[in-house]
Amino acid sequence: MTRRIEERFKTLKEEGRPALVTFLMAGDPDGETALDIIKALPAAGADLIELGMPFSDPMADGPAIQEAGRRALHGGETLKKTLATVARFRESDPATPLILMGYFNPIYVYGVQAFVDAALKAGVDGLIVVDLPPEMDDELCLPALEKGLSFIRLATPTTDDHRLPAVLKNTSGFVYYVSITGITGSAAPDAKKVEAAVGRIKGHTDLPVCVGFGVRTAEQAAEIGKAADGVVVGSALVSAIASSLDEAGCATDKTRGAVAALVSNLAEGVRSARLAR
Amino acid sequence: MNQPILPNSYRSGPDEDGRFGIYGGRFVAETLMPLILELEEAWKTARQDPAFEAELGALNTHYTGRPSPLYFAERLSEELGGARIYFKREELNHTGSHKINNCLGQILLARRMGKTRIIAETGAGQHGVATATVCARFGLPCVVFMGATDVERQKPNVFRMRLLGAEVRPVTAGAGTLKDAMNEALRDWVTNVDTTYYLIGTAAGPHPYPALVRDFQGIIGREAREQMLAQTGSLPSAVVACVGGGSNAIGMFDAFLDDPEVKIFGAEAGGHGMDVENGHAASMNGGRPGVLHGNRTYLLQDENGQILEGHSISAGLDYPGVGPQHAWLRDTGRVTYDPITDKEALDAFHLCTRTEGIIPALESAHGLAEVAKLAPKMGKDETIVLCLSGRGDKDVHTVAQSMGLEL
Repeated sequence: MTRRIEERFKTLKEEGRPALVTFLMAGDPDGETALDIIKALPAAGADLIELGMPFSDPMADGPAIQEAGRRALHGGETLKKTLATVARFRESDPATPLILMGYFNPIYVYGVQAFVDAALKAGVDGLIVVDLPPEMDDELCLPALEKGLSFIRLATPTTDDHRLPAVLKNTSGFVYYVSITGITGSAAPDAKKVEAAVGRIKGHTDLPVCVGFGVRTAEQAAEIGKAADGVVVGSALVSAIASSLDEAGCATDKTRGAVAALVSNLAEGVRSARLAR
Repeated sequence: MNQPILPNSYRSGPDEDGRFGIYGGRFVAETLMPLILELEEAWKTARQDPAFEAELGALNTHYTGRPSPLYFAERLSEELGGARIYFKREELNHTGSHKINNCLGQILLARRMGKTRIIAETGAGQHGVATATVCARFGLPCVVFMGATDVERQKPNVFRMRLLGAEVRPVTAGAGTLKDAMNEALRDWVTNVDTTYYLIGTAAGPHPYPALVRDFQGIIGREAREQMLAQTGSLPSAVVACVGGGSNAIGMFDAFLDDPEVKIFGAEAGGHGMDVENGHAASMNGGRPGVLHGNRTYLLQDENGQILEGHSISAGLDYPGVGPQHAWLRDTGRVTYDPITDKEALDAFHLCTRTEGIIPALESAHGLAEVAKLAPKMGKDETIVLCLSGRGDKDVHTVAQSMGLEL
């Protein structure tokens, strides 16, 4: 298993604060700009990076991330290019955990073994694949674990205590709690309910629990971060990219800065999460 | 490419994990998994419950008008000069297609599961109309997702759905066709999973949908098999159906799968032709295995695993995938799937209309075109049963356009 995720959560535990996990789409709005944005994330305060692998049919995503995927595909992004981006990020950042997130088909078509090997070589630490529930573990989860790539599972409000052990069984790195029943970037999560759910999951596992779907502001991040080991922000960052683009959908001189500014702001929120205790 | 082990029976699948060979499965977000498992349980219980069978049977008889007739298409047979051709008249069902068979079964399941809201996707609008119909019949609110392009080209069906009390939500994502409607339906489902039942219209999607849709549509083939034996004293030499997602086809084929003397043919949408890039919707003849909408199956996709839109003159066949059991039946060689172009389908549409006085749906016209290719090569003592899955009223605008006319 790569060690970066574990090391990072260990450090954060010592610092007594939750992680800020940032999601961006690979190749959005173009490969080079996306690489610059990702490279700037750790300095802006991101603790873990999730990089989306664009797919033509993102069934679990709301309009913001759908659009980001469309921009990336329109610009010619492929899984191969995404892996190359990760490799270039790793040249300058050996420590920040990087997780690829997406849907199974592009990986299946790439070839599962070939993908796992290439991802490890590029410096990927973990995978989140939305349409692979535990019932489908033979497809990618087990081959990934065997080679040392973490497989981070989504737990949701519909994952009850009966089902939770099955969901956690082959999960590694951390658990991603989806705070709402819904798609990315929709309703704001209820902090009280999230706290209860995180507690319930922690009753079943020692893994860190990160919470995402619907977290947009520093205040929400601070609130969610009281109970969670990490807060995932995606749609808000992707929207910041969208609103910085010119009419043709191309990056402007504002694009890189827009993401960094929002990440710094969210990082402050996350860092204040436990101070009130 | 995919050489499967030949089974003792073609009717025993899927296995416990919902697979037909390598196809099928449950590729869905975790939020939906508990509900899909619950649906499987509800279905297992219902299919063994005589009360369920009785309720569905009564609706099939008195509401849909089953059994649908098996009709000897005498003039078409003469015109083609070979095998005797029979139509299984699913277009005579209430709502005008086979879609009602599945909708009645699934709405009874939804009621058993205590769901209070129904969602569906639709391409041509036939499944949307059938879903809106059963929702009106049982007093449940209904939201139908339909690609914006399809909303535009199927206006009469959109209006029918609205008359029936359904809300039609146009989907502008992608090319605005059936796959985009299905994505949006899945997004709604994941958001409203507590209250909502997703009434999938075709024999695809995550397990158990492909199996349960097949079982509800299986009445087509069960009736046809009995009717053929009663009318001709023997099984047909061949059965034929059109295949988009493949619900009428699997319903027609299922009863004949273990009759080796019956040849089985599926007609895929060949669109502008198989050599035209992204110009057809024949996923088994022009696609590769992949994972979409909850199952592994043949898909139209590029070399990076991104799904293509495809094209067919028939909105009901304009889908980049196919039900997983068809994918498996193709690999095993039990069923032969041939592409039929838009032009061949239109020619068959006119042929059937002129010789039999039956205006077929453009989807069904693909099956007719396959029959027109097969029949002349067969003897007069041989028989073909075609599933005439829907009536063509909805398509008259499209056909007029193809003739350079405006209505």
